[in-house]
Amino acid sequence: MSHYSSHILVCGGTGCRASKSSEIIDNLRAAVNEAGLPEDVLVIKTGCFGFCEQGPIVKIIPDNTFYVGVKPEDAREIVNEHIIKGRKVERLLYTAPETGQHVSDSKHMNFYKKQVRIALRNCGFIDPENINEYIARNGYAALSKALQMTPDEVIKEVMDSGLRGRGGGGFPTGLKWKITRDVQAEQKYVVCNADEGDPGAFMDRSILEGDPNTVIEAMAINGYCTGASKGLIYIRAEYPLAVERLKIAMAQARELGLLGENIMGTGFSFDIEIRYGAGAFVCGEETALIHSMEGKRGEATVKPPFPSESGYKGYPTNVNNVETYANIPPILLNGAEWFTKIGTAKSKGTKVFALAGKVNNVGLIEVPMGTTLREVIFDIGGGIKDGKKFKAVQTGGPSGGCLTERHLDLPIDYDNLLAAGSMMGSGGMIVMDESDCMVAVSKFYLQFTVEESCGKCAPCRIGNKRMYEILEKITKGDGTMEDLDKLKNLARVVKDTALCGLGQTSPNPVLSTMDNFWDEYVAHVKDKTCPAHQCRDLSHYFIDPTQCKGCTACARVCPVGAISGVVKQPHAIDPLKCIRCGSCMSKCKFNAIIIK
Amino acid sequence: MKNTVCMCGSIVDKVKAICAEFNNDPGELINILHKTQEMLGYLPSEVQEIIAMALDIPAAKVYGVVTFYSFFTMKPKGKYPISVCLGTACYVRGAESVLEEFKDELGIGVGEVTKDGLFSLDCLRCVGACGLAPVVMVGEKVFGRLTAESVRGVLDEFYNKEK
Amino acid sequence: MEKIKLTIDNRQVEVDKGTTLLEAAAGIGIKIPTLCHLNLHDLNYENNPGACRICVVEVAGRRNLAPACKTECTEGMDIKTHSPRVINARQTVMELILSNHPNECLTCAKSGHCELQSIASELGIRKINYAGEMSTFTEDVSLSIIRNMDKCIMCRRCETACNSIQSVGALSATSRGFGAVVGTAFGTNIADTNCTNCGQCVAVCPTGALTEHSNIPELMSAIADPKKTVVVQTAPAVRVALGADFGFGAQSVTGKMVAALRQIGFDYVFDTDFAADLTIMEEGTELLGRLKEHLSGNSEVKIPLMTSCCPGWVGFMEQNFPELLPHLSSAKSPQQMFGAIAKNYFAQKLGIDRRDLVVVSVMPCVAKKFECNRDEFKVDGDPDVNISITTRELAHLIRYTNIDFAGLEDDDFDRPLGESTGASVIFGATGGVIEAAVRTAYELHTGNELTKIDFDELRGFSGVRSATIDFNGVPIKIGIAHGLANARKLVEEVKAGRADYHAIEVMACPGGCIGGGGQPYHKGDMSVIRERMQSIYEEDRNKPLRKSHENPYIHQLYNEFLGTPCSHLSHELLHTHYFDRKKVICPTEEKQ
Repeated sequence: MSHYSSHILVCGGTGCRASKSSEIIDNLRAAVNEAGLPEDVLVIKTGCFGFCEQGPIVKIIPDNTFYVGVKPEDAREIVNEHIIKGRKVERLLYTAPETGQHVSDSKHMNFYKKQVRIALRNCGFIDPENINEYIARNGYAALSKALQMTPDEVIKEVMDSGLRGRGGGGFPTGLKWKITRDVQAEQKYVVCNADEGDPGAFMDRSILEGDPNTVIEAMAINGYCTGASKGLIYIRAEYPLAVERLKIAMAQARELGLLGENIMGTGFSFDIEIRYGAGAFVCGEETALIHSMEGKRGEATVKPPFPSESGYKGYPTNVNNVETYANIPPILLNGAEWFTKIGTAKSKGTKVFALAGKVNNVGLIEVPMGTTLREVIFDIGGGIKDGKKFKAVQTGGPSGGCLTERHLDLPIDYDNLLAAGSMMGSGGMIVMDESDCMVAVSKFYLQFTVEESCGKCAPCRIGNKRMYEILEKITKGDGTMEDLDKLKNLARVVKDTALCGLGQTSPNPVLSTMDNFWDEYVAHVKDKTCPAHQCRDLSHYFIDPTQCKGCTACARVCPVGAISGVVKQPHAIDPLKCIRCGSCMSKCKFNAIIIK
Repeated sequence: MKNTVCMCGSIVDKVKAICAEFNNDPGELINILHKTQEMLGYLPSEVQEIIAMALDIPAAKVYGVVTFYSFFTMKPKGKYPISVCLGTACYVRGAESVLEEFKDELGIGVGEVTKDGLFSLDCLRCVGACGLAPVVMVGEKVFGRLTAESVRGVLDEFYNKEK
Repeated sequence: MEKIKLTIDNRQVEVDKGTTLLEAAAGIGIKIPTLCHLNLHDLNYENNPGACRICVVEVAGRRNLAPACKTECTEGMDIKTHSPRVINARQTVMELILSNHPNECLTCAKSGHCELQSIASELGIRKINYAGEMSTFTEDVSLSIIRNMDKCIMCRRCETACNSIQSVGALSATSRGFGAVVGTAFGTNIADTNCTNCGQCVAVCPTGALTEHSNIPELMSAIADPKKTVVVQTAPAVRVALGADFGFGAQSVTGKMVAALRQIGFDYVFDTDFAADLTIMEEGTELLGRLKEHLSGNSEVKIPLMTSCCPGWVGFMEQNFPELLPHLSSAKSPQQMFGAIAKNYFAQKLGIDRRDLVVVSVMPCVAKKFECNRDEFKVDGDPDVNISITTRELAHLIRYTNIDFAGLEDDDFDRPLGESTGASVIFGATGGVIEAAVRTAYELHTGNELTKIDFDELRGFSGVRSATIDFNGVPIKIGIAHGLANARKLVEEVKAGRADYHAIEVMACPGGCIGGGGQPYHKGDMSVIRERMQSIYEEDRNKPLRKSHENPYIHQLYNEFLGTPCSHLSHELLHTHYFDRKKVICPTEEKQ
């Protein structure tokens, strides 16, 4: 990034690409060429900026101007106005909702202010398809440094940093490396778990798309430490862009002697292959992942033996996830002590979350451990959408739980979340408002687990199905108090007896919502109502005669002819005919239709 | 027992070539299935038999793997495969009603193909475009911020292509 | 060996390092219930997926419950095997399993022998609290096996048997989640797959999901038919297993069995052992013939000769190694030799039409049901053996016909097809056929009498065995395998030209016929199979005649009817041929 006077960074993450960011790039390049500036202005396709809600995003460097919601047809204006005339395109600037003012520099946006970017340090800054940009930002310096240390020294550094596995379990990363190192074997493997399967989570994808080299570098370091010469990246087949960028990065690294035989002339050899997942959430569990890489059904097996002792093809195998790897190079470059200064007593560093659901600022964020849920949801996330009331936040995906208002000031770390009945998980964070029914939410997660259970052990295979059926009964209004007891017992037994992490944690959404929203369950069962009005069978539509103007719009849209009335007279809904589709409600201009 | 597997000769050769590319290694089964499905669009039983023979593993094992992973299908998909994201972010932003609308408009259920072979309907978990929730993919193309009302427009885009 | 001290239910225990909690508990008399776990040490069969979660126990300091079958003892562990938490978990998991199981015990073929039923009863399940959707599968019926997968509990024992022990791979876990079930490729009927009908899946199934295809109804109507003469033959391994159902364990119950068969209404009670002696005459002669050619330098002759008594093994060869079929002895199996002799020689003796003679076999095997239905064993559609039932079916039949088995006086087989030697008895155990053949071939070849009849070097449970027998200066190398995965290893060696065996015996079932798929269930108790083997050799030792060629009725048969071993008539009646059944790709021109 030297001889160009300006850089135009365009987000090439999946979200922004879906909103035509590739066309924006083409148009920007065309405009730059037309203006005769190809030598002065470089248009770069970067990884995810994180602020997906406002995408597609275009950022101009050096002045850090952050354009949001850009359309392909805006490209010419950006070049002509901003680059040539030096005038910011005001209408494309981000408007801070709290002040109503334009904010031009992302550093001053609430969304970014409280973030500390370690794992995501390069996402949105570099062209992920050009290894030189990674190298320019200290890339592969950590590998070079590691190769000048002994493996034990490197492992000590990682152990001292206090880094814990970012895939969910939070096992100390350095200790895992040490166990793999200590096992004697002719061959060892290093695996990157990129089978991100939590519904609503895209941390790993963004890192791989935005900064693939960090994973490659860290895997090589891991290989050096554990004595493995082979690395495998197990990645979802649904992530074609990430795969493509990984392949490009690997090829470039090989060309520069940073991967393959005799890395940096040190005699250390390490290379990586890609293995594809095929749509099975359970393959995020390391034993299942290993079976899948071996070409088998991705069923989990009982641990021990741990993969560190006997993994891929029976060889010692060290499995870490993408985000864990992304933390390794900065730790080695800045030292363990630097890392330990960030975070809480037992959870060091930062955590990436995919913030989604009913928040204003959906996106990918990275915050220091110890940040409170309130800061994440209200400061970074910009609060609840449409001015509604916060109800719950779900962390840890199908393995986690729903936390409430009273947990908002909880500093986020592994142990606090676990104690509160949820878990860190891989980093999905879904915010819910008053219109979300907690019984329906736990049913949603259970449905996911039922579909994703490998079917090996009885509690998970049958128990989750039965829990789902009970929840369905409850949301249909057929539940009894006895069902609630059964549900609770089932949830506890499945947690206590299931074979792998998926089954042991699948009852968490049920248990945590039962703990925190017991009244809502009781309302479904005893009062036959859904307080959030989400459960169709428990929602009853009425027309408020004082509001109804008799416009007949509702009667015309009703698919079953349940609404009758005379023009300009209040209408009425026949509850026996009504199928509770909600069409009338969305059609009514006078807010005359109410649900009870 | 039935001991012949009948299949178009050129496909037999292509499938065998894919297996050979992976050294007929049973450990590469999933990669082989990916590549074969990429070529044929689906994995009919005859193809699984050919793979089993090439890798010298039982056909039941191949079938066990194919039926384990949701990415693999034994039924051909539509010309425009529709995948409705049911990830949590999409779910809380109304993906279910979008899915229902697709079912109604197409007259098919999840995992089915329309009679004209144009569309097939499936669900998937998280495309990673949660900012655009709810999201639907048709082939490689991503449609974001959909509502039940906008479903017809998405379909029309493809119907118009066919005209 | 390093020792580990731990506490189980407040009792101090010391075990070897590597011992599981299940084994440690068993060591002090605590029988933790299991459904999926099954370990037959001597046969190298281990199914231990840790999947049923019935054996969970409480380990102090551990967050969740531990599966006793998969958890190794560690120093200082404190285990509770029946705390309220453990019992509630077991009961709940059992209720879950039962909630997806058709509770039709009263009419289930497995009732009384079902492990699921007995553990549910032990756990005191009185109600299934978690009813819901149930799996529905179509019943799959082959000649040998009935698969009723509604009753599958995903213990995976059958899958392990079919894949690890037999290397057949007709079965695999399929689908996932609630829909997961052990199935065939593409859900085809088992008869249309590469199943060899060995029945080892049936032998280990804890529920009624896999059972033999019972032929009792046809049998009873044949007996009731006054126009039919019904004869029965009983295989060697039946007599040491039948008693299990009547409190005799693995003790040989030959006399009582004969008495029971007579009481059931068979017109003649004969012995497959007679046909086993006949098999030795034919196969032994064939072996000597091939050996003679081979030793004289004829490289065309197919050596090693492989036994062909076992229909599971024959099916396996036809499907996997058609190029080696010429190695299989052309001699029919004892069951089919008996059928051929009964339908030709004996029917002639009685002066009746072969169609009026119904030949029934009692076999330790479900593959025999398939074998007797093979077209080449029929004459104008009339099978040489009409009905084959298993040992289990016979036990059932005995109860069904109200016989007090324990109170029966010993009875003896009818003649001429009921006389046998010790050599035929040992057909029931792995290595027995080849030992019987060696006893006869040695004496016929050398002209000398054996000084020692027991060939201990050919016996035992080791999966692949070999021994060299000195035929008066000619070393004859013998290979033995039981379990088809072991057989596959041996055959691969032959195929690759790495083996120099002269003769090979293979039995598809681990342990040989004593461990057959039609035998009373061992339920994972290895001692059952070991004791059956001991009984077999004891029965052999107690026989006055112990070499097939000494059987006087065999001599009579040759004199009166067949002429000499491998004569023209022998070939017509007692020998067969095999078919290439290997799956092949048939490329078509047009895109289908």
